[in-house]
Parts: sequence; structure tokens; C-alpha cells
Amino acid sequence: MEFFRIKRDIPFMSWGKYTTTISLLTFVVAVFFLVTKGLNLGVDFTGGTVMEVTYTHPAETTRIRDTLVKMGMPDASVQNFGTARDVLIRLPAKPEMSSAKLSETVIAALRQDDEAAELRRVEFVGPQVGKELVENGALALLLVSLGIVAYLAVRFEWKFGVAGIIANLHDVVIILGFFAFFQWEFSLTVLAAILAILGYSVNESVVIFDRIRENFRKMRKATVNTVIDNAITRTMSRTIITHGSTQMVVISMFLFGGEPLHNFALALTIGILFGIYSSVLVASPILMLLGVSRKDIVRPEKKEEVQALP
Amino acid sequence: MNRYPSWKYLIIAVSILLGLVYTLPNFYGESPAVQISPLRTAPKADTVLLQRIEDALKKANLPVDGMFLEAGGVKVRFADTDTQIKARDTLQSLLGNGYMVALNLLSNSPHWLTSIGALPMYLGLDLRGGVHFLLQVDMRGALSKALDRYSADIRGSLREKKISYAGLDKQGSQITVKFRNTESRAQGKAEINKTYADLDLREENVGAEFYLIANIKQEAQVRIQSSAVQQNITTLRNRVNELGVAEPIIQQAGVDRVVVQLPGVQDTAKAKDILGRTATLEVRMVDEGRDLEAALRGQVPFGSELYNERGGGPVLVKKQVVLTGDRITDAQPGFDNNSQPAVHIDLDSNGARIFKQLTHDNVGKRMAILLIEKNQAEVITAPVIREEIGGGRVQISGRMTTEEARDVALLLRAGALAAPMDIIEERTVGPSLGADNISRGFNSTLYGFLGIAVFMTVYYLVFGFISVTALGVNLLLLVGLLSILQATLTLPGMAAIALTLGMAIDANVLINERVRDELREGLSPQAAINAGYERAFGTILDSNITTLIAGIALFAFGSGPVKGFAVVLCLGIATSMFSAVMVSRGIVNLVYGSRRKLERISIGQIWKPTTDKR
Repeated sequence: MEFFRIKRDIPFMSWGKYTTTISLLTFVVAVFFLVTKGLNLGVDFTGGTVMEVTYTHPAETTRIRDTLVKMGMPDASVQNFGTARDVLIRLPAKPEMSSAKLSETVIAALRQDDEAAELRRVEFVGPQVGKELVENGALALLLVSLGIVAYLAVRFEWKFGVAGIIANLHDVVIILGFFAFFQWEFSLTVLAAILAILGYSVNESVVIFDRIRENFRKMRKATVNTVIDNAITRTMSRTIITHGSTQMVVISMFLFGGEPLHNFALALTIGILFGIYSSVLVASPILMLLGVSRKDIVRPEKKEEVQALP
Repeated sequence: MNRYPSWKYLIIAVSILLGLVYTLPNFYGESPAVQISPLRTAPKADTVLLQRIEDALKKANLPVDGMFLEAGGVKVRFADTDTQIKARDTLQSLLGNGYMVALNLLSNSPHWLTSIGALPMYLGLDLRGGVHFLLQVDMRGALSKALDRYSADIRGSLREKKISYAGLDKQGSQITVKFRNTESRAQGKAEINKTYADLDLREENVGAEFYLIANIKQEAQVRIQSSAVQQNITTLRNRVNELGVAEPIIQQAGVDRVVVQLPGVQDTAKAKDILGRTATLEVRMVDEGRDLEAALRGQVPFGSELYNERGGGPVLVKKQVVLTGDRITDAQPGFDNNSQPAVHIDLDSNGARIFKQLTHDNVGKRMAILLIEKNQAEVITAPVIREEIGGGRVQISGRMTTEEARDVALLLRAGALAAPMDIIEERTVGPSLGADNISRGFNSTLYGFLGIAVFMTVYYLVFGFISVTALGVNLLLLVGLLSILQATLTLPGMAAIALTLGMAIDANVLINERVRDELREGLSPQAAINAGYERAFGTILDSNITTLIAGIALFAFGSGPVKGFAVVLCLGIATSMFSAVMVSRGIVNLVYGSRRKLERISIGQIWKPTTDKR
């Protein structure tokens, strides 16, 4: 079987103007939603209590809500999730009440109201823990970015590092934009997914960069444009197949992984889609914008010749 | 060109074999078991205990699947949870309070596997159910307690040396001692300097008053805080033992935090209650005037109780409690004046006063120090009072080895928390949710793998099949490695297994596409295989290292589940590079390498752009 019958190199680079505009637009839109709507941070970050309660029959959320209001918790959120029998209760952190005891009081009250209530999961996170997580998450993001730039700069050239990281941070911002727009819950696992994507998506750019480097050595007379176009075209089939298979696993996770892996899979999906786009249509134009040339790559050979002279 | 030396095949064979052996325990599953471990007061676990347990279970008609003696206890395996629970009740009533009888799960893998250290993966709480607490030690509380202790001590010292002072105040993080004149201040300063090396002293004059301000030195603060955390951990460990939890985890996390994980515990209310409870210590007088023989026969005199002394005989102790453990502020092992092992105890000011009175009134008599835990009392030591002891510093010595001294000090400290603690994070996962999570993670990996397998074989034919085999090896090695390292597997960790599978195929796709490329360029099949693998390697290396950087950063800054995800991601990258490069090449070499005349290889259709070639 053969999916990709590409006769000529696809002129990706001549579309540079359009793709950069599109990227800039999506980026600005993502930032806009991030600023106006903000992320719907999960309890991991904000602190508070989340309880998962399951019933043997479809749960009556209004009744549960009434019980909570009667207990003096009008700001609790009650919602179904997964099946009609499962209920998720969120209680914001309360400074005046020992939150660790909160879950017990709540489940006791729910049991009194309805014997069938079974506690499946409780998560209580203190506000200081959440704050640290935000800091550590940001620090991890920064370190990953720096590490990748440094590695690419050493293995290739600094221009590759810069192009790669801009493309990938662009992915990250867009994923965050999606989470802000749809107000999907941003949890610790989603953060893990985003950092994984950062590594994964750079992976993508690296494969193309690798080809560009190789082409610079092989296609001595071609223009930079042709070199990059050829590199992207030749790796196209690999790009699609690899992403296809990763996406296959992610879909499997989305379908069979249940609620806990739902948003994780969602973040990965967006990351994969934009990963392809950004490595082809963002990283490479930026590389050209930075004025990459054959000299950046082939330089070391010349030096050796000089040194070889007596 | 495409042959591997035999040592390379040997490496592949050995790693696959190791992967198989260490993955194996995960398939045997676990069976219900009961774990019996003696508490401090009971004799150590030995064959006698083993025999007793066996007899008891036989008598109760409970079939046993196997039992064995381990360091620190006995484990008995059962066929089902019903028998397990019955057995626990039987054993608990037989053995009494001296033993902790806990429900446990034991791996079903055969003995030879366990003996070479092949254990199933360690499942996180989100997969097996249980409670997780993150507790924060109040460091200010620890320091404030220490400051209280110092104030009382300084007061005592000054009084003892008859140095007059006008007042003593604890304010924030410092102690202010007021003096009426500079001479007494100089005296006081010299005395405090001599006795308390951990204090920094500063003189200050306000109006006609002469102040001496004492601060705890920085290094002493650090020491106080870290020993507070250590003591709290010890205390928590003692308390958790009461819950009868098998394999609890109690660890320091960061400078001032403690993680407590109780697998399988459902009753969080009880867990919290016990974590907050105090074991107590009591000082009472030994009732020496009474007839010990009669008491041993069962006629314990009114107002007294019969206890066993640690490492000694029975003693009669008065019921009246003179001093409780609340008064103890610290206990450290050390040596007495005769270089004999001893335990130094610090009492707070009230305790010191009571103790001084007690020892003053009872010179020549014996006093008993009792530890009460789980409603069981034990006399730790019952020394003779030789002289009046003032100043709140007590020394217990005699009939002790250094190790015992350390133990006693630990026990004395173990009763109470050194500093208050707050639960700042709590996660409870029900057992049914844990089982659900396992099947979810497993299913997503399985279906993802199947999807990839089908596609790869259809698209790349034999080469695709080889890739899938390499992918299978990758999975095997990853699970084997996780089992060997006993890293905690969590749900995000399972997600990472699935994700690395998807990503691992990238290396294979790179190779296969490269081989196709080379064939398209017109290379002979053998040359194309060689060139394909060689050229793809650099790319695979570069792309995987960038992902590895992300994984390492995740590991460094993540906590809990994220860390679990990162571990699997990093290991997965390592195994996938090995399997994609070494294993798949090995198989390709086996299949094609030895054929001298290779006309075509089965890697799917190679389409060549015939018209309009650039």
C-alpha cells in the first residue's frame, strides 16, 4: 500500500505568508480567550474538595444540591458525569472549616438522605499545594523549553532551536486556548499531557530539521526554499503515519480510558493536530525568516580543511 | 552487510528473556492474605508463632494456600476474601493485642520468581484504592515549642545560680530577659552562653532597663525543624500500625511535609482519627511494699497494677499517675557520667517542677516509666531514684545497650507530635474505582496496540509485522523494567504506556519510510535496508532526546501522578529506541540478511514518480 504519491515537491515555503498569518491569528485568538475566559482550573490547582459519589439508581442532582444547601454549602457544584448514576460534587476551599473533615460530613448527610450513596473518590487539596503546583508547572514548562533550545542549538544550530521552540510554544498556547474557550477542566494530568506534547511536537520538527540538514549537504546548488520544501515533502508520509498511529492510541484512550483520561486524550489530540501544522508550517517559515543558509550547516567541513594545512 | 554478530543477538535474547521473566509476575495476579506482625511488646515472629497460627487455622477449618515466615512477621495466603476475613478474626482473637493482624494482598507468582526479585508492578493508590494524605508540619509551631522549652530552662538556670532578673518574655521568635543592672546581666549572659550553645545573645538597653535578647541560632533552627519532622514521622508510623494496614507508606516530602498512604483503607474517618491520636507516656511509682508473689498469683493489691518490665521481671506499679508524656519535650540517647548508655529527657517547666518534687520525696525508691499504646501498657524502665533531679533534665540509665537507649529515646519521643500538623491534601479512591481504572488503562493500551498492529502490517507487510514485533518487545521490556524498578504505577502512568506505544512506532515508521526511499532511489534491497537503518538512526536519536528532556523536566517538577507519568515516559523512550533500532534490525537481518540474491523485500508498494522527474 502506498498513500503518498507526490510527484513534485510541494511549495510549502511559498505559502509562508498565509500560514504565518493563520498562525498569528489562531495564536492571538487563543491568547484572547486565555485572558478573557481564563482556564477552568481543577481542584489540583485551586484547592478545594471534589467528591465522586455513585448511586445504584440514577442520581437526583437537585435533591443532592438541596441537601448541600441545607448544610450551608450553597456554592457547591453538583453535576452528573460519566453515567447518570455518578455525581461529581465540588466544594470550594473554606478557610473557616477544616476541609479534611468536610468530605465526611457531606457523605454522611448524603447517606442519610439516600442510603445508596457510595463514595468513590475524594480529593481535597489545600490552597498552598495548588499554588506550588502552578509554580512548578510553569517552571517545568520553562525548563523544557530551554532544554530543547539548548539541545537543538548544539545538535543543529541556534536558528533551529529558536524556530523549533516558537513553533511548539505556539502549540501549547493554542491547546490552552482550546481549554479556555470550551472551559474544559484543566487538571494535573492535562498539564502532563501538555508537557508531553511539547516534547513530542519538537520531535516532529526535529525529523524535518534533520532532513533539511541532510539536504543542505546533498543538494548543493538548490535554494534554501527548495531544500526545505523537499525536506518537508519527503518526510510527509512519515509525518502522517506516525501521527496517525499516535492518534490511534489517543483515540483508544479517549474511548476506553473513561472520565479520568478524557481531558488528557483531548489535550493530546489537539497537540498532535497542531503539532503537524506547526512543525511544517510554522517552524520552517520561521527558520527561513531567521535566514538559515547552507553556511550554518556545512561550515565545520571548511574548518577542517584549514586546519589540515601545514 | 545485513548480518548481526552473535553477541548482538545474545544481547537481544537476554533482554527479551529478562523482560519476560520480570513481566511474568504481573500475570499471576494477587491473592488475599493475612499479615501477622508482632508489636513491640510481643516476642519476635518465629517458627513457634508459625506453628500456633497453623494449628489455629486448622482448628477453625480454614484452608490455607500457603504461609511463610518473613523478617518482621508471618504471611498467610488464602483462596478467597471470605476465608481471609474469617482467618483474620480467628487470628486476632487468638493472638490478642500483642500482634498486628492485617489484611493484605500477596502476589500469586511462584516462589522461584519471587526469590529472584521478580515482583509485579507496584500499583498506585488510584489503581488499588486507598487513602493518601499530605500533611504539613507547622514549623513555626515547632520553633515556638522549642522557644517555650528554652524560656523555662533559662528561668530554671538563672534561679538555680541565684542570678536576679526582672522578667522573662517570649515574643515572636525571641526570648527577652530583663535585668535590673548590667552586672546581673553580664552574669546571666555568661551563664546562658555556657549552658545553651544554640542561642544567640544580644544586649539591649531601653531606658533604665537592661535587656538580654536570645534568638535560636540558624543552624539550631534547622536542626529543631528537621528533628520535628522526623519525630512526627515516627509518631505517625506508630499510629498507623494501629490501623493494621499492610504496606503503609509514610515518607517525608520536601522540607516540612509528610506523605501518608494507606492502601486499601476505606474508612477515612477512622484513619484521620488515628493519625491525630496520641500514644501516651506515664511516670508512676513502683509499689514496693506489696507482695509481688501474691500479685503474680492473681491477687493484685488495690491501687496497684501488675506490669512486665522491658527486659526485666514483673513489677507492681501504683495506679496513681505522677507525670504524663505531655510534659516531655525531648528525649535523646546519650551517655551518663560513667560512660554508660543513657537517655536524656527534657521536661517542660511544669513537668520539671513536678519531677523535682517527686525525686526529692522518693530518693532510694523506684519509679516506673510506662508507655501506653493501643490501650496496652508496658514498663519501659523502672530505675531507682538516687538523688533529687531538678532543672527538668532527666537521665535514665542502667541496664541498657546503646541500641536500647536509642529505642527508648525514640519511644519516649514517639508518643507525641513535635509540632502540629495539618492535612493539606487528601485523596481517597474506592476499590471499585481502582479496579475500573486498571481495566481502563489496560483496554486503552490494548486497543491502541491492536489498531497500530493492523495498520502497520497492512501498510508495510513483512516489515510492518517486524515493527509490530519490535513494538511488542518494547511493551514487554517496559513492563519488565517497571516491575524491576518497582516504580509506582498510576493511571497517568498507564496512559504514558499507551502514549509511548504510539510514539515508539515513530522510530519504526522512520526506518521503514527511509528504506522505501532508498529503494525508490534505486538501491538494491540489501543496500536499502542497511542505508535505511543507518540514516534513520540519527533522526531517531535526536527526536527521542528532545522528548526525553521533556520527560526529565516533568519528573523533576511533577508530583504524584505526574511523576509517575514522567517515569514511564522516560523508560518508554529508552526501551523503544532499543527495540526499534536493535530488535527490529535483528529480525530483519534474520529474515533477509543471509540471502545472497535478494530480489525484492516485502515493505509494501514502492511508487516511483516516472513522469516529470526533477
